[in-house]
Amino acid sequence: MAKVFIYPATSLILSDLVARFGHKPLGAALGIRERIQTAGIDSPPLQITPEEPKRGLKYAAVEVPSGVRGRMAIYGPLIEEAEAAVIVTEADLAFGCMGCARTDELILFSLRQSGIPILELKYPTDDEEGVQFVAAIKKFLDSLSNGGEEA
Amino acid sequence: MTEYVPGYVGTVTKYVFVESPHMTPGELALRAYEVSFGVLIKETCFGLQVTGEPEAVDRLIAEIRSFDPSHIFIKDRGFPPGDPRRCRANLGGARPGYLGHEREFRLLRYITHGLQALERGDEVPEAALPPGKKPGLDIRRLQELIDEES
Repeated sequence: MAKVFIYPATSLILSDLVARFGHKPLGAALGIRERIQTAGIDSPPLQITPEEPKRGLKYAAVEVPSGVRGRMAIYGPLIEEAEAAVIVTEADLAFGCMGCARTDELILFSLRQSGIPILELKYPTDDEEGVQFVAAIKKFLDSLSNGGEEA
Repeated sequence: MTEYVPGYVGTVTKYVFVESPHMTPGELALRAYEVSFGVLIKETCFGLQVTGEPEAVDRLIAEIRSFDPSHIFIKDRGFPPGDPRRCRANLGGARPGYLGHEREFRLLRYITHGLQALERGDEVPEAALPPGKKPGLDIRRLQELIDEES
């Protein structure tokens, strides 16, 4: 079972397909859950404390806005942990404020720099693309089980 | 600054989405209760939220998937159910994150079709994946447009 980072990190479809085909999806929920279940200073709504931008320094330079560094404190460890990644490019639901947008760019850059096997595709827009989408993800994940030969 | 004492420590919460012509979220909840074995289940408009010890949740999820494998979709959730920081009962309007789910919910029928086709062993259509970028505007056509406008 490989740990597979999914992008968009909140994607229901990717999370389900990765788990369905026997691997562990690494998404935003895992990072948020860790913070929500850790005692400390009350910092609603996401328990993102002033410590997070400091932790984010590992993944982004000090000149990078604290919003991006704070977000990277969540995603950075997941990217480090990931053994593969499935990326949906041009996902129209993956948008947000400038902090989210820049963090998304940094996530994709970090994934591509990490050298792990990456599958990039687009969301399906009809039944035929749905078959292609599911088949591509299954083939990619199966190849991870076989040592990543086809990745 | 106030102290934060977390609840549900050591548990996992998962969303269960059902997009099926054979099963409503209510029916799914009733069947899930029958096999829940101590896992907390919250019924929602789109399916369920299940919370409990990781092993117990995994067992329940495996059971739930078997009800209608190609129409039930599952993902992790960071917050426990009914958390006042996220629950719309406290905030009003759609829960943060719901709109993303709503967007992907519309695509689930294609995923379902794909899962069923793979299960039947159908041939995968040939079109290239991942789809390449759309071809840009041809330079001659661009010149024509410029000429038309000028």
